[in-house]
Order: sequence, then structure tokens, then C-alpha cells
Amino acid sequence: MTSPTLKAPAGAGPRSLRRAKPRYGERVIQGLLLVAALVSVATTVGIVVSLIPPTVDFFERVSVAEFLGGTEWTALFSTPEYGVLPLLGATMLITVIALAVAVPVGLGAAIYLSEYADRRVRAALKPALEVLAGVPTVVYGFFALSFVTPRLREWWPGGGTGPDFQNALSAGLVMGVMIIPTIASLSEDAMAAVPDSLRDGAYALGSGKRIVSVRVVVPAALSGIVAACVLGISRAIGETMIVAIASGLTATLTVNPLEAMQTMTGFIAQAGQGDVPVQSFEYKTIFAVGALLFVITFVMNVISIRLVRKYREVYE
Amino acid sequence: MTDDAIPAQNTDDAHALPLAVGDRRRGRPEPSLNDPVFHISDLDVWYGDHQAVRDVTMLIGRRQITAMIGPSGCGKSTVIRCFNRMNDLIPGARVTGKVAYHGENLYDADVDPIEVRQRIGMVFQKPNPFPKSIYDNIAYGPRVNGMKGNMDDLVEEALTGAALWDEVKDKLKHSALALSGGQQQRLCIARAIAVRPEVILMDEPCSALDPIATARIEDLMAELAADFTIVIVTHNMQQAARISDYTAFFTADVDDKGVRHGRLVEYDTTVKIFENPADQRTEDYITGRFG
Repeated sequence: MTSPTLKAPAGAGPRSLRRAKPRYGERVIQGLLLVAALVSVATTVGIVVSLIPPTVDFFERVSVAEFLGGTEWTALFSTPEYGVLPLLGATMLITVIALAVAVPVGLGAAIYLSEYADRRVRAALKPALEVLAGVPTVVYGFFALSFVTPRLREWWPGGGTGPDFQNALSAGLVMGVMIIPTIASLSEDAMAAVPDSLRDGAYALGSGKRIVSVRVVVPAALSGIVAACVLGISRAIGETMIVAIASGLTATLTVNPLEAMQTMTGFIAQAGQGDVPVQSFEYKTIFAVGALLFVITFVMNVISIRLVRKYREVYE
Repeated sequence: MTDDAIPAQNTDDAHALPLAVGDRRRGRPEPSLNDPVFHISDLDVWYGDHQAVRDVTMLIGRRQITAMIGPSGCGKSTVIRCFNRMNDLIPGARVTGKVAYHGENLYDADVDPIEVRQRIGMVFQKPNPFPKSIYDNIAYGPRVNGMKGNMDDLVEEALTGAALWDEVKDKLKHSALALSGGQQQRLCIARAIAVRPEVILMDEPCSALDPIATARIEDLMAELAADFTIVIVTHNMQQAARISDYTAFFTADVDDKGVRHGRLVEYDTTVKIFENPADQRTEDYITGRFG
């Protein structure tokens, strides 16, 4: 069989390979996209830069050891003490309470949605769960103060007076509820990404659903689950409104969750409300606490990124 | 039939294909169905409203290698997944008829699919090791099934049985995902035999492997058939011819509405199927005229 021969159209000379007209549109689009990408980076840099000078000023008067080791925080009092431990301790305690709620419930919800729920149930439940993430935190704060705390006081079984009017327990519990959707949704995504071939392999060895979920799917999705939890921790550490409303504004160094205490974010919110004159020393304390908070959440995010990278492509 | 439209190849000689029937089953006893493990009768499978398989009746002999061949969409994978109730995992799948395993219908209401799958293992098309160490892959089944005994010995025994021990004995704690595709598939076979099943089902176990890895798995199957009953679905007719004792040829009927229903056309010893098939459709398929 002979193939038809291809001939160049008669009369047309060789076409130039040079661009007929410059394509400005491409460049404009590219530039706009670059700007969009740079906005968040620039903001981060801006925050760091604006944090540095007041923080440096602060540490010229208060030593790092005094700041990180001191047990009294009375920055806005007439005889100020600048030991950040009460604020740091309150942040940690409330975060731990929140995680104690959010990790088991979030992970349980994720396992249910990914492994047990049939398609229709999942289609209804997952968006409902994500709506919980859209509730403003100030609403959660008042929910903690005006609903959870009274119930805790009412039902308190032990002796003594029970929880204070403002307390870390109530704030922590409600904060836990707030971060359930973060942990559940991201963990569910990670589990849904586990290939069915692994589940088939496990079922074919005579495993039941519970074993397949716990021994195969969860370990295979572990990096995503850990990243979800770290993100939950970051949100808990950075959360402000719930703790400002429900946990109080008294910096106390205690591990008793029934007492009122002030977190780092709680202090910033209090001090930032306008009573503190700009450029006063009290004003600089806000930045010192803010810098510490930034360092903590930054480290958490780095850990999260590392974990995700380390275990990515694990099924390949 | 649509096969008239497909250009014929090798029409002059029914044995033109380089089929070495029984190449890999030398030294094995004569094929026999005297001691059946499965007795399948009137098996129908639906996916939703679609009947994927219609009216399959066959015996599977103990310690035989039974191959299931046929064109795509003929239902052979569907049928093999009925032998350990893996079809339960597909939403909308429904099975009628009987899959009797030593006389007990696997689809009786009170049969526990978990118990079924501990006796009837499966190896899949794509190697699917767990993202765990080689050791933990093998130990998984015995652990979750609560098997007693020395786990180290059990792991060694399973890996030896799957002809993988010498290659991996120094790196048992390494990730199974670092192994080659052929090694991964032998690992999956080792994982299946570690729970000491009676039957191993293999759903196109070599389709993702290169020819050398395929040859190793075929050798392995011949060895395993001394202890296990093996059912294999394969797209590769030569593979069926080389390794199996019995061959079942499936094809798809197309009804008035253009819907395909798989059915068993012919089931006999592999020698008979490949050298003297009784059904014209079987002959057309194995000589490459159709499918």
C-alpha cells in the first residue's frame, strides 16, 4: 500500500518560526499570579519584622531567663513581673484538654466516615462536620461560658466549690469540640487516600472491619493523621476568643483546670484592647509574648510539614 | 457473533501458537477431580441490576491448579471472588446459587466471611504489600488470627514457601515497598500462606510483572500445588496451558440490549482444552481467532 505524499502548499514560502506578535497577556497573568503567591509570604515576613524591634527592646530590660523562668506574670500591674510561665502553662493545659477531646473523637469520626459509613451517610455527615469548623470562635467562647461552665458547676460530683466561674476546663473542652472537624476531616482525607488494594489484602487474610481499620488503614494514613493533629494543636495554641471569654484574664501558675487562668493569646487580647499606650513598656510585652507564640506555632508547622514529607508516597 | 468481524489469525493451524501444554506441571500427579474442594452449582452474580455471571457449575479439585481463562468482561474475576466472598465488599453485589466448600455453602446466612477467608486466601493482580516491614507483612495474618507458636519460625517458613527467604532474610525489618514488583508479589503469596489456608485464589497474579518474575511465580505455583489448592485467573493463555491441571474457559454472551453476561463455556483438563476442545468457541479463543 502506498501512503499519500504530503506536499507543502504551493506558493507558500517557509513560514517564519519567529513570534508574529509579542504576547503581553501571558506576562501580565504571570505577574498577577506571582503577586498573589507573594502576598502571604510578604505578610509573614512583615509580621516577623514588626515583632522583632519591640521584642528586642523588651529583652533589653527583662532577661530571657527571667521571662522564660519566672512564675509571676503581672505585666499590667503597677509592680510588674514578667515571668511567662503562667501564660505558657495555661496555654499548654488548655491545649492538652482540647486534644484529649479532639483526638479521640476526631479520629473516631474519621474512621467511621472512611471505613464504616455507607456513601450516603458520609455524603451527609462530612459537610455537617465541616460546618462546625465555620462557627465563629466568639460563639464557642460564649457557649463555654454560658452553657458548659454552668453545667459543669451544676453536675460537679466532687467536694469543694467545683469549677470557678471562669476556668480552663470549660475552655479546653469547647476548644476541643472546635478542633474536632479539623482533625476528623483531614484524617478522613488521609484514610480515604489509602488504596483499596490494601484493604482487600487485609480482608483476604481473614480480618474483620475493625482490624482492617486499626491495623492497616490507620497506620498507612498515619502521616496525614499526625499532620491533622499537629494542625489541631496549632489552632488550639493560637485560639484566642474562647480562652479570653471562658478561661479568664488572671495569670495563675497552676495545673488545676478548675481555676481561671490566662493564656498567651488571652493576655495579648486583653493588653491589645486599647488601654496600653503605644511605645510604653507594657506595649512591648505584647510583642514579646507574641514572638514566643509565633515561635511555638512555627515549630509546630515545621514538624507537621516534615512528618507529611517523610511519610508521603508511602504506598508506592 | 461479533468475532466474525475480527480479522482471523492462525486460521490454518489450530496449534500454531507456541503452547507448551503442561510445561510447568511435570512430575505432578495426573489431574483429578475425585477429591473436590469446591462444588459450584448454578452460580449467578449480579452487580445491581446487571447480571455479570450466569449459571456457572464446576468442581475444583483438591491440590489441583485450576485456571480460569477468557476474554475481558467474561466474569472470571467475578467468579473467583465468590470463592472467598470477596464480592461482599463490592456494594450492590449479589450472589445466588451454591458455592459449596467441603459440602458447606459459603453463602449460607450463618457463614462468617472472616472464617471463610482464613481458609481460602487470595493474591491480587497488583502486588499489595502493606506499608510495613517484610516481617510485619507476613506476621500480620497470623497475629490478627491469633495463631500461636514462634512467629520468627512462621515468617521464615512462609517466606521459604514462597521462594523469597534467601533474597530477604537479611532485611526482614526493611520496608516491603522497597522490594521489586516480582518480590512484592511473592511476598503477598508468602503472606497468604502464612495463615495456612487450604486454598489460594490468584486473580491475574502476574499481569503486573515482567516475564522473568512471571516465570518465578509459575515455578512457585507448581511447588505450592503439592500442599495447596490453587485457582488462578489469567489473561495469558500460555500461562494457563503451562501450569494448570484444569482449565475453565469463560466467555461473555451479549444479549439483545448489548449487555454482557459471563458464562462458563467449557471446563476440562488443560490438555483437553488446549489440544482437543469440545466447543468451537473455546477453539476459536485458544487459537487466537477471538478475544
